[in-house]
Amino acid sequence: MGRACKAYIAGAFEHPTRHAVDQSVAQLHAEVARGALADAGLSKDDVDGYFCAGDAPGLGGLSMVEYMGLDVRYVDSTDTGGSAYVVHLGHAAEAIAAGKCSVALITLAGRPRAAAKATLPDYDNDTPDTAFETPFNQMIVNNYAMAAMRHRHEFATTAEQLAWIKVAASHHAQHNEHAMLRKVVTVEDVVNSPMISDPLHRLDCCVVSDGGGAIVMVSPEIAKSLGDRCVKVMGQGEAVKTTNRGQVDLTFTAGVKSGAIGFEEAGLTPADIDMVTIYDSFTITVLITLEDLGFCEKGQGGRFVSDGNLISGVGKLPFNTDGGGLCNNHPSNRGSMTKIIEAVRQLRGEAHPRVQVPDCTFALAHGSGGLISTRLCSATAILGRNDA
Amino acid sequence: MSASYPDYPIPAPALDAQPFWDGTALGKLLLKRCTDCGEIHYYPRAICPYCFSSATEWYEATGRGTIYSFSVMRRAPVSYVIAYVRLEEGVTMMTNIIDCNFDTLAIDDSVKVVFHPIKGGFSLPLFTPA
Repeated sequence: MGRACKAYIAGAFEHPTRHAVDQSVAQLHAEVARGALADAGLSKDDVDGYFCAGDAPGLGGLSMVEYMGLDVRYVDSTDTGGSAYVVHLGHAAEAIAAGKCSVALITLAGRPRAAAKATLPDYDNDTPDTAFETPFNQMIVNNYAMAAMRHRHEFATTAEQLAWIKVAASHHAQHNEHAMLRKVVTVEDVVNSPMISDPLHRLDCCVVSDGGGAIVMVSPEIAKSLGDRCVKVMGQGEAVKTTNRGQVDLTFTAGVKSGAIGFEEAGLTPADIDMVTIYDSFTITVLITLEDLGFCEKGQGGRFVSDGNLISGVGKLPFNTDGGGLCNNHPSNRGSMTKIIEAVRQLRGEAHPRVQVPDCTFALAHGSGGLISTRLCSATAILGRNDA
Repeated sequence: MSASYPDYPIPAPALDAQPFWDGTALGKLLLKRCTDCGEIHYYPRAICPYCFSSATEWYEATGRGTIYSFSVMRRAPVSYVIAYVRLEEGVTMMTNIIDCNFDTLAIDDSVKVVFHPIKGGFSLPLFTPA
């Protein structure tokens, strides 16, 4: 039985598509919902809470509740960008604990690849910050590149160290039949790939893909009836970091706070974690996040990720064992749902045998949403095996 | 050296930030400070983000600062430098560094503001090596 927890993840499903040429966004949401409910052993009519973010079409969750024919008594459409699904995970656990719902469905889906579209915040004159950023041709990649540049300046982080993160992801992706990029790459491959925005090369950047994923969360009572594939939600934390009124500091993210909150709720420390899944929009995102979560000292991320330390079976801290956003997929340009799903696979012992972490008891799933050098919401979930 | 410039999107300022853009059109870099708590903030707002006072006032910055971070965007029709510049007044603003050697630019370099007219009557506060 192990420790008590507020809620369990009973079902998880990742859409196999990476290029949804002839599927609508609503259809993709429904397909991942169906997959996660089947995985849980539940039906659509069991769902009484629905969670989605800005990738879902329509107003809040309303259009998707209608499209899927749900009848819910709890709805939450909090949108914090790519971290939204780890935010939802925490909110769903709270709602379940409060008795507001007992079977919570969280979906993510999108087709930015088929639609040939990347996402930046809407540009309008009601959003107060964009007039001070967009005119300078801020893109997603050069926003992240500025954080990487500052990290290099303060801590002497090298391009080769960043490259190790991509190398580790590629070692895992070779075993994932659905991954977009399955070729194992070397540090040299990464640093010799074209420079996109200094110091980030093409292979420091994640893929653009279609697809999606969903999880189903349930109360402890329902989890008991569903068997030992249910995964425990041990703790969750979320926090927002901004340009802080002009006191910009690019060396850390809100993961410092979200991680501390999540670990405290779980009663665990980084030393207890057997593997991590971290939203890897860019290599630098992972490096800074590992420091922020306490897996190494601030500034030591470069050393920590080097020499295969993130490769399952090789290093001390296996990460993104599905290949992550750097190699596997990045549905709707939002990376945290797939992070939850791979952590669930690991805790069930259902990851690919070549990347499965032996006796995986506790895993951490982390999302970052927004932009690392301006406004970012970090969310951290600590998950445990059914008997943890 | 960069001989040509990228296309600049036109700012869509919120109402309480319009004086900033009126200032740049006149060659002035205006900041907001709070006369209640004394703090300077950026980007400029009607309500002080330190103490929530409405007693915020515009004043002209020196236009000098240092590069806090930057990146040369290579994958663009015309390469350009995005940067955060820390002004002498203590706040950091996003901008572009222009008329410089991209390959020797460094964090902590001293820079000064230049006003670059674009479409729509706007002038962007960009920076160049001091």
